Amino acid sequence: MDSVRYDADRRGRRVPIALKILIAGGFGAGKTTLVSALSEVRPLQTEEILTGAGVDTDDISGVETKSTTTVAMDFGRITINDDLQLYLFGTPGQDRFWFLWDELAFGALGAVVLADTRRLADCFPSIDYFEQRGVPFVVGVNCFDGSQRFSLEAVRQALDLDPDVPMVLCDARDRQSGKSVLISLVEHVARQRGEAVSAV
Amino acid sequence: MRTDLPGERHEWLDDDAGPVVRPYTLTGGRVRSCADGFDLVAYVLAKPNPDLAAYPELHPEHRLLVELAGRGTPVVELAADLDLAVGVVRVLLGDLLSRGLVAVQQPPRATYLPDNDILKAVVDGLRAL
Ligand SMILES: Nc1nc2c(ncn2[C@@H]2O[C@H](COP(=O)(O)OP(=O)(O)OP(=O)(O)O)[C@@H](O)[C@H]2O)c(=O)[nH]1
Ligand SMILES: [Mg+2]
Repeated sequence: MDSVRYDADRRGRRVPIALKILIAGGFGAGKTTLVSALSEVRPLQTEEILTGAGVDTDDISGVETKSTTTVAMDFGRITINDDLQLYLFGTPGQDRFWFLWDELAFGALGAVVLADTRRLADCFPSIDYFEQRGVPFVVGVNCFDGSQRFSLEAVRQALDLDPDVPMVLCDARDRQSGKSVLISLVEHVARQRGEAVSAV
Repeated sequence: MRTDLPGERHEWLDDDAGPVVRPYTLTGGRVRSCADGFDLVAYVLAKPNPDLAAYPELHPEHRLLVELAGRGTPVVELAADLDLAVGVVRVLLGDLLSRGLVAVQQPPRATYLPDNDILKAVVDGLRAL
């Protein structure tokens, strides 16, 4: 791993490189489940504060009287080695929390969009979001019990996905399955940069 | 520290939104901070052996932040450890920054980093998990 660069502060303390991966998808698609299955720490939650819609945050004079609320974000961590950590963030499911996505997506390595074949259309907004912003993503087709089995090709057509966007069947409850989804994402990112990391 | 405001309603508040809170009480109502731009995964590093006694104005939460940042800790983990919203932690970090008690290391922009070595290390690391 000595080829991996790391940053050190002026006193020589090494700071790992932290890479963000977003876990998106419609309501109930398995985002929290996937983050929990993959995280090495107990599933963590953090909160972001929302102030009222359209609040002018430059004007802080009256802020204490404004009601605010918080949105929970799931996050998990995978330590690759001393110099590299992956942070997984489950995106808030509700459309109106989308401005949080911009913060989450900023500088992200890529995203996993979980698709529930019982409600495929629910993941359209996530796909649109990442396509528009040029964030590399893969689609994980989450196999819920009792859901009809579709061929991946049928799902690809229904989602109108680019042919080069990888699709993977997965079970968000299963760590190995989640791992292979992340691997296909990282390989996809590498391919997009024209540097395949493995011969697939 | 958090106080519900049971009387207030907003059209966008419902079961999906968390409880209504006054999370900025701790920051004296400040919502803006020089730490606003810090990424969720930016590493916060405390100055070694900080003389916190010299800053009586700091809250216990500030002191905890300095302690937790001794090894270098990402913003999002600090927020989870302190059970504070990320926005509040950013304001507190701004206070610490302006006193030189912490330094913040922004993550590399994924648009030009990580390079292929890093991606390969991630794939190998995931396979080995
Ligand atoms: N059979 C099956 N069930 C799953 C799978 N993934 C998630 N579930 C179940 O589906 C339910 C919803 O999963 P969550 O992980 O909470 O979904 P979410 O996307 O976080 O939901 P929201 O945050 O409410 O949008 C839970 O009861 C999970 O146990 C899967 O791959 N297969
Ligand atoms: Mg969830």
